[in-house]
Order: sequence, then C-alpha cells, then structure tokens
Amino acid sequence: MEVTAMHFKRKATEKLNDENLQQALKKLQSRFVDSRATALAELPNFPEIRDAAAAIRERVIRNLDGYLLRFEQEAAARGAVVHWAEDIEDANRLVVEIARLHGVRKVVKSKSMVTEECGLNDYLASVGVEVLETDLGEYILQLAHEPPSHIVAPVVHKSKEEIADLFEEKHGRPRTTQIAEMCREAREVLRPGFLSADMGISGANFLIAETGSVLIVTNEGNGRLTTTLPRVHVAITGIEKVVPTLEDASTLLRLLPRSATGQSITNYVSVLTGVRGKDEADGPEHFHVILLDNGRSRLLGTELQPMLRCIRCGACMNHCPVYQNIGGHAYGWVYPGPMGSVLTPAFVGLENAIDLPNASTFCGECAVVCPVKIPLPDLMRHLRHLQVERDLRPWGERAALRLWSWAAQHPAVYAMFTRVAARLLHRLGGKKKYLRHLMGASGWTRGRDMPAPSGRTFRELYQTRRAS
Amino acid sequence: MRVGLFVTCLVDLMRPSIGFAALRLLEAAGCEVVVPAGQTCCGQPGYNSGDSAAARALALKLLKEFEGCDYVVAPSGSCTGMIRAHYPALFKDDPGILEAVQRLSVRTYELTDFLVNVVKIKNIPGRYTGTLTYHDSCAGLRELGVQAQPRALLAKMPGVTLTEMQNATTCCGFGGTFSVKFGDISTRMADRKCASITQTGAGTVVAGDLGCLLNIEGRLRRNGDAQTRVLHIAEVLAGDNGENAWK
Repeated sequence: MEVTAMHFKRKATEKLNDENLQQALKKLQSRFVDSRATALAELPNFPEIRDAAAAIRERVIRNLDGYLLRFEQEAAARGAVVHWAEDIEDANRLVVEIARLHGVRKVVKSKSMVTEECGLNDYLASVGVEVLETDLGEYILQLAHEPPSHIVAPVVHKSKEEIADLFEEKHGRPRTTQIAEMCREAREVLRPGFLSADMGISGANFLIAETGSVLIVTNEGNGRLTTTLPRVHVAITGIEKVVPTLEDASTLLRLLPRSATGQSITNYVSVLTGVRGKDEADGPEHFHVILLDNGRSRLLGTELQPMLRCIRCGACMNHCPVYQNIGGHAYGWVYPGPMGSVLTPAFVGLENAIDLPNASTFCGECAVVCPVKIPLPDLMRHLRHLQVERDLRPWGERAALRLWSWAAQHPAVYAMFTRVAARLLHRLGGKKKYLRHLMGASGWTRGRDMPAPSGRTFRELYQTRRAS
Repeated sequence: MRVGLFVTCLVDLMRPSIGFAALRLLEAAGCEVVVPAGQTCCGQPGYNSGDSAAARALALKLLKEFEGCDYVVAPSGSCTGMIRAHYPALFKDDPGILEAVQRLSVRTYELTDFLVNVVKIKNIPGRYTGTLTYHDSCAGLRELGVQAQPRALLAKMPGVTLTEMQNATTCCGFGGTFSVKFGDISTRMADRKCASITQTGAGTVVAGDLGCLLNIEGRLRRNGDAQTRVLHIAEVLAGDNGENAWK
C-alpha cells in the first residue's frame, strides 16, 4: 500500500471538513466505545485477564524465534507449508509462486491487514490472478478502489447512501438503502466467487505454536468459506502473531472481540490446523502459511518492542479523540490511530511519517484501553525523541523549543522575558482581554482566541507582596 | 510541614491568580509555603517534543530548587504528572540521580490531591454560589488518578452545585504544542468539549490545568460565547466567586 503519511496534516484538515465522513465517524462512539465498556463490565476480573494477556504477549515477543520454530514444526507435521518472508516483495512473490504451483487463476480473500501492507491485490492483478475480497467492508472498498480506514471496520468512513450508490453503479441492480437487502445483494454477488475460486487467502489473528494452527475470528462467515472451500489456503500474517498454546489464545480471545467490537465473542472463531485429512470432507488440499517480518524483528530489543504485543483490536483508535475527528485515511498507511502513529514510522521509516508520532495530545486514553497494555504515548514520545536526534523536525519548531529550554534554564533571562511578554500580550489583548491573532501561533488563533495574560507575572506580584 | 509551591510557567505568565489561590489554599490548610524564586518550567514541552536533554536539565534544576521541601505541590495535573510519572524515566540509566529524582517524585502532588489526601483540608476558604461543571484534564486523570479529589472539595462548598457534563474525561484538544501544531484538529476537539459544557447549562466550567482552560475559553469566546465562565479549581476553592483570590 502506498505510504502517504507525510501528508497527514493537510489530509487531516480535509477530513475535518468532509461532512459525510464526519457523520459516519459519529457511529464510532456507540458502536465501539460504549459497547466495549459494556462488554468489559461483564468481566469481573478484567484487570487480571488484561495482566495475563499482556504477559502472554510479552513472553512470546521475548522468545519469538523459539515459538515461531515450534509453530513451523507443528504446522509442517500436519501437512502445512510454512514460508518466511523478510519483506513485502518476498511475501507477494511467495503468493504468486504458490498460485502458479497449484494452477490458480482466481482468489477469494478474507480480510487481512498484512496483505494491505503488501499491496497484494494489486500485485496479484498485475500477474493476471483475479482477486475477490469477501469481507463485506473490504468488498465495498475493492469496488470503490479505496484503502481501509479502520482495521476492524474498514469501511466505517462511508455512509449507507454512498455504499448504495456504489452498489447501484457496480452491480447494475436497483438502488436500495435497506441494509439487509444490501447485504443480500453482496452475498449473491460473492457466492459464485467462493465456489469458483482456486485459492483462499486469509490473515491470522493468532498462530498457535503447540498445534501449528492458524486462528481467525470473523463475524460474517466469509472467513470460513475462504479458508475451507478452495483447494488451496494461504494464510499471511506478521511473525509477532504467534502464541504458545491454545489456552493462551483463549485468554487473549476473552479480550480481543470485547476490545474491538464489544462482543463477548465473535460469530465465528476458526482454528485451522493442517490440510484436509484422508477421510475428511472439509478443508483445503494445500495449506500454506506465510510469516512476514517487514520490519517487525527490527523492533526487538528496542524501546518500541512493546508494540509487537499488539493484537490489532483497534480499541486505541476507537477511543482516540484525534482519530474520532479525522478517521483513518489521514494517517496515510495501513494502520491508523495511535497504533499507526507507532507502526507506520517503525515500518516505513520515521522520515516518511514525520507528523504521526506528534499527532497526539498524549491524553493517554489509548494506553488505558489497550488490552495488552502497550504504553502507546511513551512509544510515540520515543519516536519524537528519535526525530529530534535526527534533526527531522522543521527548523522553526526546533529553534523555538531550544530557545524556550535555554531561557528556562536561566531564571534571570526567563523572568525578564516573561515580564515583557506578560505586559505586551496584556496590551495586545486590549479591553476585550483576548488575542485574536498571535504571531507564530496561527495554529492556535485560527480557531480560538487566546485569553490575554493579566499583565504581571506571578513572580513579580509575589515579590511585591512579600516586600509589602 | 514545609510545602514548595511549583507555580508552573503557564500560571506565572498567563494567570497569576491561580498561583495565589493555590498559595491561599495551602496556607489555609496549615502549611508553611515556600515559593522558590528561580523556578521556571518543569521541562514538559521539551520532553514531549523529544528533547530529553533539555528536559533532564530542567528536572535537575527543579530538583535542586525544591530540595528542602517536605512536599512539592502544583496547581496542574500535567506538570505534576511530568514530575511524578516522567522524571524517573528521564534518569532511568543514571542510578546516582535516579534515587533523588524518585524521592522528589513521590512527594510531589497535584493541588487537589494534596489537599484531600495529604493535609485533609477541612475548611475551604472560598465561597461560590452557582452551578459548575468539571472537566477532567488528561494527565491529572490518567497519570495521577485525580478525579474524586476536586469533586470532594467542591462538595464541601455549600453554595456549589456540580453538574457533570457528558464525556467529562475526554480530552479538550489542548495537548501542549499539539494545540498549535495541529490547530485544526485541536479546535475540533475543543468544539466537542464546549458543546458538552454548554449542554449542562452550568454557566461555569472548572478544571485543574490552565492549558485546558485557555483552550476551552479561547474556543468558547471565538464561537461568541462571552458568558460561560472558565475557572481553575484553585480559584473556585480559594476565592469569592474566584475573582478575589489573589487580592
């Protein structure tokens, strides 16, 4: 997927003025924030489960190689083939090789953010393999030629009316805005795809090391059709998704759907193990798992390592007041919101995502809701630290900060500076006591007045008071 | 009990009344208050902008200035959060200084937290008659657990009625330099906060951090609301209607 994170600021402002998007984003509150709160309130021992979940993920990350090798060994023992992809080129090439090996012409896909990372759909199309997205949200986006704007609800930015227009144009059927009818229409279009596809591609929510299984959670059932109907199943996921045991996975499952959609459990939880057995009726004849690194292992042993705990629930973005106002597309890559503000610079390079680590008020809500306790503000702050080290921020900003820090370290200079500033700003505030324009702070005064200072600094007044 | 008042740079420059209100409250609670003259900034702007070296220098400066105090108190959740939650991180690789920093951290308190949990203040010196709504500032709330304390203090004021707003704990969009760097997003966040405030019909919004107050007040005024009063919790607790606290 193309990285456009450098345009964050401009795109964020565009999104603030996009009325359709603003209406669509209002759904986030009830759909995700309120329902998460309700679902978690049902867990009497939520803090303990959360501690356990964070500990499982941390244990995995610390011994990642060991668990991955165990996964490979167990998966192979059950007839799956495990492939290792260092970067997205590797992953795409592997998919095409598998497709060629099995004479595949048509692919159905179940939602996978890692394949978004790889831009796999475009790649497959370029080598003549037809791809059909089967997750309703992803299918709509495929029709609209748009990337997802949310990792759980990819099409959250679109209104029902926009989707109705799109369906009318692409399906050539009478326009309807009845959701049930729209779903049926999509189902009718997708069903022949499932039956005629030679290969199904899915992501993986977890990889189970002890059994070599791939675990996926879905609500639409398309994941099951994608992974079991075609003769070949390819699961593509990041190397960090491995967990030691089924029991560990079930601990994480108590938090994943609750954090994501506020469900106690998703409609389908599929544990896919090996290929179809000799006397079995269901399952693929060939099962391949592609484990993608693409920058993940680079985070090991660094300050950003806790990010690898992420289970992609999306709670951080649902609760982020910045995301709530601008949606996911402004973030310019696969992962939006606070998680994206860490993952995008980490995966595509800090110099290509300058604004993202700064696009947070550090309100801290993302860390509060993260089911695996990732300290997201600390990680963003660390990235800001790296930006300063590498001189990546604009010079004006750097100069202003340096001046402030220098003055603050020299109390006499500082006192003189604030004395002058207090008087000057007080004067500029005039009778109304508000500044409507302030040089160097147009970012503030474009939308807000600046209450003027009262004219004397505390230190001045305090000295006077003590002297009297 | 010797209490060092950390005035904070915003209060010093923009609204000294809050500093005097804090002073009056601490004195009313029976503390011996000192205000180190050379104090400036806790280093948060540098720290959150990635300049850890500057933040470390300012942390050491603050450490020295408040050395002789039993407690350090600030009328700001955000600056207190900086000292309490983040100073130790700045010196995590420097065991020699870390110990002193940790000793400073644990004795540093946000004003309302200190009044309720340390000195257990009985009599609130201020009087206020009217309905208020309280905005929970992010750092105080999430880094320090300041939520019940200001409400408990307001409950001691006979004339005060507290009406809770919707989403009181949602960020107002200030975020320090965020409010200037991403002014448009910040303004939109402030809009939501202002709407919640207006909806209560309270007429006065109170918070524990001046940054949030400037942001909220600035947006209210730009939108033509000249009525809603925007006060720091210290002003309400210390002053007659918050106006005479520093006189």
